[in-house]
Amino acid sequence: MLKKEDIMHIAQLARIGLKEEEIEKYQRELSLVLDYFKKLEAVDTENIESIGHITGSHSVVRDDKIIECEAKIIEEIINNFPDQKNNQVKVKSILT
Amino acid sequence: MIRQLHENLKSGKVTSVELTQKYFDEIDEKDKNILAYLTLHKEEALAEAQRIDDKIKKGEEIDLLSGIPMALKDNMCVQGGRTTAASKILDNYIAPYDATVVKKLKKQGAVILGKTNMDEFAMGSSTENSAYQKTKNPHDLNRVPGGTSGGSAAAVAGGLAVYALGSDTGGSVRQPASFCGVVGLKPTYGRVSRHGLIAMASSFDQIGPVTQTVEDAAIVLSRIAGRDKKDATSAKSGGKLYEDYLQGDIRGMKIGVPKEYFSDDLSSEIKEISIKALEKFKKLGAELVEINIPHNEYALPVYYITVPSEISSNMARFDGIRYGLSVDDQEQSKIGGGNLLETYLDSREIGLGTEVKRRIMLGTYALSAGYYDAYYKKAQKVRRLLKQDFEKAFESVDLIFSPTAPEPAFKIGEKTTDLLQMYLSDIYTVTANLVGVPAISFPIGTVEREGKNLPIGGQLMGRWFGEEELLNAAHTFEIN
Repeated sequence: MLKKEDIMHIAQLARIGLKEEEIEKYQRELSLVLDYFKKLEAVDTENIESIGHITGSHSVVRDDKIIECEAKIIEEIINNFPDQKNNQVKVKSILT
Repeated sequence: MIRQLHENLKSGKVTSVELTQKYFDEIDEKDKNILAYLTLHKEEALAEAQRIDDKIKKGEEIDLLSGIPMALKDNMCVQGGRTTAASKILDNYIAPYDATVVKKLKKQGAVILGKTNMDEFAMGSSTENSAYQKTKNPHDLNRVPGGTSGGSAAAVAGGLAVYALGSDTGGSVRQPASFCGVVGLKPTYGRVSRHGLIAMASSFDQIGPVTQTVEDAAIVLSRIAGRDKKDATSAKSGGKLYEDYLQGDIRGMKIGVPKEYFSDDLSSEIKEISIKALEKFKKLGAELVEINIPHNEYALPVYYITVPSEISSNMARFDGIRYGLSVDDQEQSKIGGGNLLETYLDSREIGLGTEVKRRIMLGTYALSAGYYDAYYKKAQKVRRLLKQDFEKAFESVDLIFSPTAPEPAFKIGEKTTDLLQMYLSDIYTVTANLVGVPAISFPIGTVEREGKNLPIGGQLMGRWFGEEELLNAAHTFEIN
């Protein structure tokens, strides 16, 4: 079973705020699913490479060219900013 | 169905405006019970219908999809329209651009009626995880429509759209199609551009049609498929018209029946219906071949490790900074400084639902230092073994058959408390996404529950980029 500290650590990594009462719920639920995953230990994967792109395409690149964005799209992107100043997205201070 | 409506439009038997209005009337009347739609695009839909009617009047050629009313799952962007993915965190999000599929449909003159309900961010199996409403199965309003494209499937089954688009990460088009008695197609990974589809698990997600007939699925696929510069994983394809491959003849075709899919775990009634379907395929001239998928039992654990891992990464963009809900309330904050970290923590805590948070947590754990090799890497190795199983199987067969789901539509609330039971609903569908092959669900029978006939779907899986064969087989089954 995952420890309380494990859940708090994962939540911090995932940037999800947790209420005290949720911690125990996650301990139970995540442990249950992780136990289920143990099934995979039975599979011999010695010398098996982990899979990349499923249909085998690789290294898809585009020309290094600037493609201008339509003004209307720019405007709508800015409209979606929760907070903005001079058409820039405004964020809170990182250090307090 | 689409072809018939197209003929009716061309001959003037009905106008697109009349047809569109008829669908909005049906929605007004029935959707208060079914709850398939989250947003309606009435004004834009009627304007587009009018434009198509004008074209017809002028004698211009129109495409098969022109003027035909359809619905989109609410995780596909329509420029200027609200796109929520059924999450509170995107409650106020207005898409700045069209998804590639939407762009393609608009070019064909499709009439977009509105956006359909889904499990939040396409995580779930019943559409009960929507932050807005619980869609009901039109065959029995006490039951779920399946998920995650439950709104799309319920809309098509309930006569609230001619067809719809859904997205399928582990069965999200096929399982609701099975539960609602309609056709659901998941194309080969890369067949359809994912640009403008709100990402869940990027190496699994595919957009696919939910339709009333297999021919309709072929018609829609032809018009949404193709390489897209904006999706590097999209595959080249030569502008095929899949509807031209529906010969209605499957003589000599080899259909694989994996032993593992018909074990004692499968209920006798679903097994019976599946066997009947197989007998029908045989009668139509197909050859049934027993095959093995040795790593099949590992498909679900592999799926539920890799998908949450990709989710935890994809969902990082919902951070309260660039769009969507941003919680900026000093009282909400636990530390009381109102800094950037708190915006992240609080916006995600309040904006995201339980299943979404659970999967982010699970994926974050599977990818975290010290556990990556044991979970994610191990799962990606087993995923390769599964793919090899399929490559081997397709050396001796053309298609693989299974039930779509282990049961008919279940009751609302029946599985919300049992996590693993809910995950088990995907047991037959996740594999196609894990290995990337195309798969289709189509009605093969019904079972009775409390006096109501509930649909059962059968699933065919085909070779990578072998949609022609797959659609032809399902079509031949359907018309006979």
